[in-house]
Amino acid sequence: MSSLRKKIRKAAKPYPDRRSGVMNGLRLAQQHYGGWLPPKALAEVADALDLTPAHVQSVASFYDMYHLAPVGEHVVEVCTNVSCALVGAQQVVEAFEQELGVRVGETSEDGKVTLRTIECAGGCGYAPVVVVDHRYREPTRPEDVPGILAELGDG
Amino acid sequence: MADVQQLILAGADERDLSKLAEYQAIGGYGALAKARGMTREQVIEEISTATLRGRGGAGFPMGRKLSLVQPPEVAGKPTYVVANADESEPGSFKDREILRRVPHRFLEGCLIAAHAIGSKHVFVYIRGEYAAEYEVLKTAADEVRDADLLGDVTIVLHRGAGAYICGEETALLDSLEGKRGQPRPRPPFPPISGLYSAPTLINNVQTLANAPIIIERGAKWYTSIGPEASPGTVVFSLSGNVERPGNYELPLGTTLRELIYDVGGGVAGGRPLKAVIPGGSSVPVFTPDEIDTTADFDSIQAAGSYLGSAAIIVIDDRACMVQLGLRVEKFYMHESCGKCTPCREGTRWMVSLLEKIETGRAEHSDLDLLRGICDRVEGRSLCALGDFAVWPIKSYIDKYRDEFEAHIEQGGCPYGGASSLEGVVAPIDQHAHAPVAEVPA
Repeated sequence: MSSLRKKIRKAAKPYPDRRSGVMNGLRLAQQHYGGWLPPKALAEVADALDLTPAHVQSVASFYDMYHLAPVGEHVVEVCTNVSCALVGAQQVVEAFEQELGVRVGETSEDGKVTLRTIECAGGCGYAPVVVVDHRYREPTRPEDVPGILAELGDG
Repeated sequence: MADVQQLILAGADERDLSKLAEYQAIGGYGALAKARGMTREQVIEEISTATLRGRGGAGFPMGRKLSLVQPPEVAGKPTYVVANADESEPGSFKDREILRRVPHRFLEGCLIAAHAIGSKHVFVYIRGEYAAEYEVLKTAADEVRDADLLGDVTIVLHRGAGAYICGEETALLDSLEGKRGQPRPRPPFPPISGLYSAPTLINNVQTLANAPIIIERGAKWYTSIGPEASPGTVVFSLSGNVERPGNYELPLGTTLRELIYDVGGGVAGGRPLKAVIPGGSSVPVFTPDEIDTTADFDSIQAAGSYLGSAAIIVIDDRACMVQLGLRVEKFYMHESCGKCTPCREGTRWMVSLLEKIETGRAEHSDLDLLRGICDRVEGRSLCALGDFAVWPIKSYIDKYRDEFEAHIEQGGCPYGGASSLEGVVAPIDQHAHAPVAEVPA
């Protein structure tokens, strides 16, 4: 049994119904496959939990945090919902676009950073919110952007 | 001046209450022991008498919910407690603070609720983005287990994956069962048939965190705080163009004016106030002359809006209301689960009409069409998301109609690019719908 399969099955154990393990399974598979879910990852989750690949795909395509296309080594997400937008989120987006030479939704040419905008991350009082590889940086100003990217370059 | 009164966050400024020993040092888990010495009925009675209203948005009394859940011996199967920690209402960030700073008060509340309905199983559905809060909660739950405080109850932490709709209770249950998070028709309501078709109590994080306070100090004391119909405190989330944004725990019944000007230090930079959203982006907006309304469930509703999750968004004079409407509507279009036609299609129509107005391509009939769509979407979906997609837009048009008309008459945005919301890229604008493909070798 592959180590991923073992992990997925273990994470499904606390639930009365194995099907409830699909979200943990997708998260683990995404970690395993470098931040996104290629078709074979969906097949592995389905297989580990005795589900059909179609069901697993239907779940994977529903939630924003599962990526069905490749992403960069790092993912930078800028919240542009109301509270962040009111205090300058768009200027932060533009600073990232300029530094990275990409538009939102794209990955830098070296494959290092994917830039996305996201809906409310729950940091409205510390806006604008930027999430780098699942870590919140609150608040982020346009002038902080080069420093954030420099940190990723060193990592 | 509004007085900060801490019940939910009490002690967290002085001590690191994420640690079990610190929480126990201030009497933590004493209420659980007390509750376990009471009968289920006594616990339910105490919470009912306290008139604790749900803090997740709907304000439904927790005591009534508890009394509706069939006990396992009647249901003939295991029953469940589900804690809704899927906080995603734009403007709301209170549960995140509670999870991070007083996780044990929340977990104690979950265990008291489990005792009250005779359940042995607690599931906490925490939003996927809250990775740091998940770690804090996991450590706290492990401490509780190792200290033998669980009794025969298990606590499972379930991580979401980014879907606003999963904050809706029946969508959350479907998600927890391993499906797409789409709402269910009701009835049956979760207390009768919820998780795995079994009786289920589902409550918000902050609601559950109130339970130990009520059990410890008694319903009589609890009802002495705040207005009679909405006693207790609420953690207000203050954001937007305000001098001191943040979470502030205050008794219900503080006025919006006090919250913005006394607690929050006023509009940032001393600018004029244009609008206030009193309960998260889904509720109708208030104009500056409506801010003397007191922030409790009934007063805000009487004034035509909702307290919701007590997320107050302050908007200054630089914001174009059409752009605000567009940004808000794109959110609901993105988050509509697609199950009900009025919500799925209506949100798309509304975005397209708002875009037409903002870019100066609209005629007066388009504004009437937009307003008409609002009335035809409202109340016609399985869950409240369809209403949430309509209430803000309806209120922006009704209260700031001159601004919408100016766009139409001037053939463009009267702000001429100077609005604080100019050019905001919503996530739905970047959806590439890239085909699923293997990475080339």
